[in-house]
Parts: sequence; C-alpha cells; structure tokens
Amino acid sequence: MNGEVNLVYVYDGTLEGFLCCIYESYARRQVPDEIRCEQSQATFFDRTEWIRTDTAHSDKVYGSLAEKICLESQDFIRDAFLTRHPEKEILMYRFIRMGYRMGRKVMDFLTDDTVNTLTKAVRNLHREAHLLKGFTRFTLYDNVMVACISPKNKVLPILADHFADRYPDETFLIYDKTNQMALVHKPEGTLLTSMSDMTLPPIEDPEKAYRTLWKCFYQTIAIEARENPKCRMTLMPRRFWHNMTEFDL
Amino acid sequence: MDILEKLAILADSAKYDVSCSSSGVGRNGQSGKIGSAAACGICHSFAADGRCISLLKVLMSNACIYDCKYCVNRVSADTPRTSFTPEELSDLTIQFYRRNYIEGLFLSSGVLKSPDYTMERMISTARLLREKHRFNGYIHTKAIPGASQALIDEMGLWVDRMSVNIELPTEKSLQSLAPQKTPEAVIGPMARISEGIRSNLADRDHFRHAPKFVPAGQSTQMIVGASPDSDLRILRLSEGLYQKYKLKRVYFSAYTPVVRDPSLPSLMTEPPLMREHRLYQADWLMRFYGFTSDEIVSPKHPNLSLILDPKCAWALRNIDHFPVEVNRASYATLLRVPGIGVIGARRIVQARRVGSIDFEGLNKLGIVMKRARYFITCRGKVDVGVVFSPDIIARSLLSARELSLIPAARGGQMRFEDLPEMREIDGAKKDVLLLNPTNEVTEEYERRSEFGICV
Repeated sequence: MNGEVNLVYVYDGTLEGFLCCIYESYARRQVPDEIRCEQSQATFFDRTEWIRTDTAHSDKVYGSLAEKICLESQDFIRDAFLTRHPEKEILMYRFIRMGYRMGRKVMDFLTDDTVNTLTKAVRNLHREAHLLKGFTRFTLYDNVMVACISPKNKVLPILADHFADRYPDETFLIYDKTNQMALVHKPEGTLLTSMSDMTLPPIEDPEKAYRTLWKCFYQTIAIEARENPKCRMTLMPRRFWHNMTEFDL
Repeated sequence: MDILEKLAILADSAKYDVSCSSSGVGRNGQSGKIGSAAACGICHSFAADGRCISLLKVLMSNACIYDCKYCVNRVSADTPRTSFTPEELSDLTIQFYRRNYIEGLFLSSGVLKSPDYTMERMISTARLLREKHRFNGYIHTKAIPGASQALIDEMGLWVDRMSVNIELPTEKSLQSLAPQKTPEAVIGPMARISEGIRSNLADRDHFRHAPKFVPAGQSTQMIVGASPDSDLRILRLSEGLYQKYKLKRVYFSAYTPVVRDPSLPSLMTEPPLMREHRLYQADWLMRFYGFTSDEIVSPKHPNLSLILDPKCAWALRNIDHFPVEVNRASYATLLRVPGIGVIGARRIVQARRVGSIDFEGLNKLGIVMKRARYFITCRGKVDVGVVFSPDIIARSLLSARELSLIPAARGGQMRFEDLPEMREIDGAKKDVLLLNPTNEVTEEYERRSEFGICV
C-alpha cells in the first residue's frame, strides 16, 4: 500500500502487456496493489499508471521466468493468463516476485495462498479444456465444421492443438461465445481471432439425420434401472448442455 | 430396416457392456487421416445413468446362437434381431466422429452363425474404418470366445483394445448360467491376446515400424450379483488377471435382471450398485494404491463392507499402522491413509519440499480431512477433537443415515430369510444383511462388533 491510495497498473489486456507491468514495477521500484486491463473501471481512490506494451521488455521478463524460476513456470504463467480468475494479474505478479526470490521451489509451494489460488485456477482451466475436448459438438455446413462453446476460461488456445491434430485435413471453426474469440482451422494452418457474433444458416438434411441418430443413441445407451441424474450433472454440468446436440430439441 | 431402427436395437443390446473407456494409447493425428487418440481417454457425454459415453457402443449383430441365461440377446429371448453391415457401421462411426460426438468405436456382437463368422464381420468393419475412411481414432472390439487364433491375431492389428468378457468369476457359475461357454473358450483368447501384445512389444524394440498389436491392451468384465460368488473370489480373480495376463482393466457390472429364471435373482431385484461401487474401490486399491487382494478381503472376511469403504475398513483393521506423520511418511505410506488419494499424496510430497505442512495446509492441498484427520499427525500433533480409538473413529466415519440402518436390522423390522435374494436389494439394506450372524459372513459381523457398531 502506498499510503491511502491504491496504485493501479493498467495494461492493454495482452500477455505481453502484463509482462511489461512486471518490468515497469522493477524499473520504477514500485509495488502495484492492482493490475487491471484497460477496459475495467477505476475508482476514486486509485492512482492509475498506464503501462505501455513494449515487446523488448516483455520478452526479457518472459525469458527471465525460465532463467530465474524454471522452464515450466513459463507455461504456468501463460496458462494462468487464460484463466477466469478475476484477480489473476496481481496473483501472477506476486507469484513471479516470489519466484525470483525462491527459484523453482515456488512451483511446489502449494500451501502458500498465492501459489495455491493460482494453481487451482490453472487446474480449473485445464479441467474445463479437457471436458470441452469431449463436449464440443460440430455441425456440418457443406464440409465446413462449426461448433459453438461457452466456457468460463479462455480455453481456445489449449483446444487448438487438440482439434487441429484430430482433424488435420478438415476446415473447422470453433466459436467461443463467452470470450468472443474463434479458432479457425484449414488444412494450411490454424488461426485464433476475435469474433463478436456468429449467425448460422439453417441445418440441411443429411446433417439433421445424423443428429437424430446421435440423439437416438444417446437416449438408448442409458440403463433405466441405473438412472442417476445427480451423477450425470456432476460429471457434465448443465452449463455445457445447451451447446450439445443430444440436448437440442 | 433403416439405420435408425438398427441403431436403436443394436445400441440397446450393447448397453449392458460396461467398458467405454478410450484410454491406454496416445496417438497423434496424421495428415491424410482423420482422428487421434488421447492416452487419458476423453468422455464425450454422460448418459442419464451417469455413465460416460466415449465410444459408439453397439453390437455388430444381436442375433446369437448361445443361450446364456443372464443375457438379453440369448437365442431363446423373443426380441427383434438385426445386424449392421460393415459398410453401414463404418460410415456411421466416421460421421459421428467428424461431429465430435465420439472418440471411436466399441464393437461387440452376439454370436452370429459361428464365432469365426462373427469375428470376420467385425474385422471387416475395423478394416474399412482404417483403410477406406483413413480412421486414426480409437477402436475397441470384443474377441468372441471360441474364435480361431488366426482371426484374433488379425483383429489385433486393426484395433487399439480388445476384450474378452469373463462374465462369471467361477467355473461353477459359468456352468449354471452360461452352459455353452467354457472357461477355456474365454481364457484361450485372453491368453492369445496377452501373448500377442508381449511378442509385439519385443518386435517393436527391434523394428521401429512394426505394426502395433492391441496397443491399448486388453480388458474384461464380470457380472456381479447374478451368481452367489463372494467378493473374495472376484477380487482374487481380478488380481490374477492383472498379474498373469497384464490386463489394463477389469470391469464389474451390477447385474440388472432381464429374465425370469430359477437360477437367477428375481426380476424385482435392483442392481447391486453399492456392491459394484465397493468392488471398484477395491480394484483401485489394487491398481494404484499398492494393496493386495489379501489385505482387502480374506477367507475370514470374504465380502466387502457396504457401509464402510475398503480403505477405511483396512485402516481400522490395521490401526497399529496409524497415526502417520504427513511430513515424514513415504509416498507409499501416505497412499494408505483414508482421505489421501494418489493426487493428494503427490501434492503432499511436492509441498513438503518447501516446508512442513500443518492441518490448514492439508486442507489447501485438497486432502479429504473428514476422513484423513483420524489417521494422521502434522508436526507430531493430532487434529483437535480426534480421539485415537478404532471404535470412535468407526462411528465418526459413518453418517447418521448409515448408523441408523444397523439398529433397524437388529430390531427385526426387515426379514432376511434368503441370502441370494437379499444380496440384490439396494446397497444400504443389503449391508445389514452382512451383519446377519447365520450366514457365511459371520466374521463380518464379529469385526463390526469389535468396532462397537453393532453392540
């Protein structure tokens, strides 16, 4: 705390921008109380400082993670940035500061509140991404496969490799409604881009038939004598259902 | 018959098969092919019964020449019969796969004409998928008991996993319920697959591009509750299968009555889901926690307690091993503490590299303190309020609901004249049965008394 006011770093919302906040905090010998992305609201007691993104600085910080902490900490920080934790930036900031002091041991310091919270957030991200590897449903429009997901974390960068590897010769698009991003894959390459909305044409005939077949399979495969809606809900939370073919009316 | 009707019939007859996992093999995608496989397996949906749907689980055909009493597809059953053609089924699989409905195909079958004929149809399907559709995803097929070795060898080259269902854990039960199947017909293909995998691994050491034979290994399934076999027999057999044939999984299937027969539980009985659950817990203890079947069940205690999970039961029987100091105990010792699982034990080992752990720290690591607190010390201290006595611990581990079941039984409000019938009643009530001093599991009752639950 710097007296009564909150020192807030504001950055452009990119990972590079965030890494520059780390750089500036050391260059200016300051400890920010909060790090926010530019869209968020400032309050009356804040002293905000705009941090300009400079890739030379961010590269330096990113490299220092591998040097001073460990190689895995680079992945960890990249993943942490994709999580939905509302205070992820300041947690990541504290984690990196601790890491500079402790070295690789910080990764094992699971009983520390900062490390623990951040580790849990990253775990949550990977769990959601894993579920969506299964729950994502494509609809075919003339050989173009289209899917819509509404995850809580930014899972698309993690899903990209999986789906590009699985369907290398297909053309597909996965639209992340929550984060307004899209993953576009063509046999030539994969691309992540922002996308604000998606409207789709009505479903054609062969597609309808396969949907009916799938729904039929889904309903048939359950054993009535073992019905267990609570178990299903735990393993496949309801928030995923509206994007899934088997629950589509 | 159109494909929708066929799917409805052939999925319906396949649903009692438990295995649906797509795990055991990791394979990257390849340009020119469609599909990949994840070593951990991927669940694509969950059915209304809470079971995972990973693979398109269907039968090639539900026509069958056998008359196994417990089976919906036995020849004497009056049910509509149909078969997929290999073309229909491979096409359906690939269309489902493109839409990411499934991770691959799980193909089983009734015995159509002969075991060899059935196997040939299944092989054609797998082959069409791999060659025509360039399918690189997961395929699991059943090996049909009694099929020739050459066909098993061929099938193994097209698929990721093969399984032969044991169905019943003793020869006697097999004789009475599936008289046309012999133990040899089941064990034969299993041994063949196991030998095939072993020699294939050796080949691949020498020739990097040798084709892979059943790379995800084999599994099997046993029906629980159709025959009077004890948990001891089931677990010993499972352990033997893991050791001798290197099986990846043994699945248990709570028997769902589908047919009226004097040698089977009545149609009114519910599937013994709790017993199935306990068997899976015991199976996990053997596969991931370093337990042997002897530690879990013994001739003295041939059945698992339905009220208490097998790990807690073991810990209470071996209370002299506890308490365990979390900051010093080895990984293997931590694994034996109720409430600490594989992930929990790993996290403890990881976190204590930085500093010693207290009870609050354990909470943060996700340890189930509700159970673990009775069996551990942190920095030499026992958790607040814990009294180290097996009687009191046993009481604390059970919920009020579970405890309430026991006096009800002893008050004679329920009747248990007949053991085989009662075993099929729902988990809680059935457990009370295990306390009945007149049946084979008397020891179970005595053990309970020791913990002061029954008195």
